[in-house]
Amino acid sequence: MTGTVDPTVINLVVFVLAVFVGYHVIWNVTPALHTPLMSVTNAISSVIIVGAILAAGPYDTDFGAILGAVAVGLAAVNVFGGFLVTQRMLEMFRKKAPKAESAAQKEKA
Amino acid sequence: MSANQVALWYLAASVLFILALKGLSSPVSARRGNLFGMIGMAIAVLVTLAVTRKVTYILVAAAVGATLGAFVARRVQMTQMPELVAAMHSLVGMAAVLIAASVVNNPAAFGMADPMPRGNRLELFIGSFVGAVTFSGSVIAFGKLAGLGKKFRLFSSAPVGFKGQHMLNLVLALVMVGFGVAFFLAADKAWTAFLVMLAIAFALGVLIIIPIGGADMPVVISMLNSYSGWAAAGIGFSLNNTMLIIAGSLVGSSGAILSYIMCKAMNRSFFSVLLGGFGAAEGAVAADSGQKAVRSGSAEDAAFLLANAESVVIVPGYGLAVARAQHAVKEMAQKLIAKGVNVRYAIHPVAGRMPGHMNVLLAEAEVPYEQVVEMEDINSDLGTTDVVLVLGANDVVNPLAHEKGSPIYGMPIIEAHKARTVLVNKRSMAAGYAGLDNPLFYLEKTMMVFGDAKKVVEDLVKALD
Repeated sequence: MTGTVDPTVINLVVFVLAVFVGYHVIWNVTPALHTPLMSVTNAISSVIIVGAILAAGPYDTDFGAILGAVAVGLAAVNVFGGFLVTQRMLEMFRKKAPKAESAAQKEKA
Repeated sequence: MSANQVALWYLAASVLFILALKGLSSPVSARRGNLFGMIGMAIAVLVTLAVTRKVTYILVAAAVGATLGAFVARRVQMTQMPELVAAMHSLVGMAAVLIAASVVNNPAAFGMADPMPRGNRLELFIGSFVGAVTFSGSVIAFGKLAGLGKKFRLFSSAPVGFKGQHMLNLVLALVMVGFGVAFFLAADKAWTAFLVMLAIAFALGVLIIIPIGGADMPVVISMLNSYSGWAAAGIGFSLNNTMLIIAGSLVGSSGAILSYIMCKAMNRSFFSVLLGGFGAAEGAVAADSGQKAVRSGSAEDAAFLLANAESVVIVPGYGLAVARAQHAVKEMAQKLIAKGVNVRYAIHPVAGRMPGHMNVLLAEAEVPYEQVVEMEDINSDLGTTDVVLVLGANDVVNPLAHEKGSPIYGMPIIEAHKARTVLVNKRSMAAGYAGLDNPLFYLEKTMMVFGDAKKVVEDLVKALD
């Protein structure tokens, strides 16, 4: 065996392992939080903003850089919108937590 | 910063994204998880900005999007969450397409050889067509969910179909792959092949989603969630960016699992949902219902039954979301609890228009989540429940699901018919999404309370005083 491993092969290794991790993590998500799950995955998939920044980055502001800037704007909507709306939803689920805990403590006592 | 340092920061961000999803295993750890997600995103963006020129130019673009996103996140109604999520999927799809086009324009800017090597072309082709399908499909899904169907038939929540639709989709898909191959084999930039392929992908996204009707939206929205992830992963492959691949695959598998859960909850195969048009064929079955009598009562009658029950289970459905009745329901439940009634909510996985839709609405109304029970856990208790109150749900409580030969046979349901008394609130006797009659409504122990869910529940609250 000679030579170095092609980056595409490394990417494939990462991809398969990430799908595997995703599979196991997602099955543990409680069904009550499926809507926040969708909004937070939305926010996470907007990490594509990294690609958009690279696209907007070249020194000459050519056609590609303009497309990149538009993509940065679109992805930024999701980055902020996704995380903030998830937070808002999760706050709603929180208000009940203190009660639940005190109920659990009562059971113990 | 060296490329190795950048890669290590990206690794940290990827781990934080995994922790963000892991946190969602319980409402208590979920907020911390979301924080991890935000930190991961901040790391990813800052590190990338540190290695780019023209930071100001990029920040201006980002600020515009960020302002809009933050504004929408603050203002959106919880009943509008399905629309918002669909809109956000479309943005990820479009961003993927734009980045891909930018790569085609100037591969050197991304550290690739110009003209682009074949391997990158293949990955770019996959990333951009998935992105395009995600974009146009999500736009249609958004229109359907936002109720734009009255203005534009394309957005009708009823399935939109025509003869030879599936054949057309297949042919288009093959032609698209053909242009993809041309793009792959070309030695120059091959803009024509790339753009034609994109145009077909946009059309395909529309054609795939229009035949899917309203109540199948939970599957569609999960599927588009999955696609948006795969699009991001595809772009990650073409840019050799492992963090994008990891984040994209996490999202892709999340959406795929949600689609699977939703399909299972309807006992339908993924393909039968995609092929669309559930209600159309069964019109004949629904027609035989004309003669049977239902018992209908007023809100006062219903309030009397509820107040005298020991245990009440509320089954919310899409009708609750449409009427925005969640706060009124909470108020009613509180009144009942004050009278010593054991009140719980039973949630079917596909109730509403997206996974977890009902849970979020009830959380918004500050219903304690320990009162909210999943379908599998409540069914064994329903036999000893005094009153089940069905609010704007239909197919998910249809006992036909237990009868061999019925179109929904085998679909798991909330077994409302086992309870001692059943109260059903609906606007009319119209059939549900499956186009089926519901024998539950004709049982002797069932009382129908007709009217808008919010109005009826508010009347119930008054009657309970």
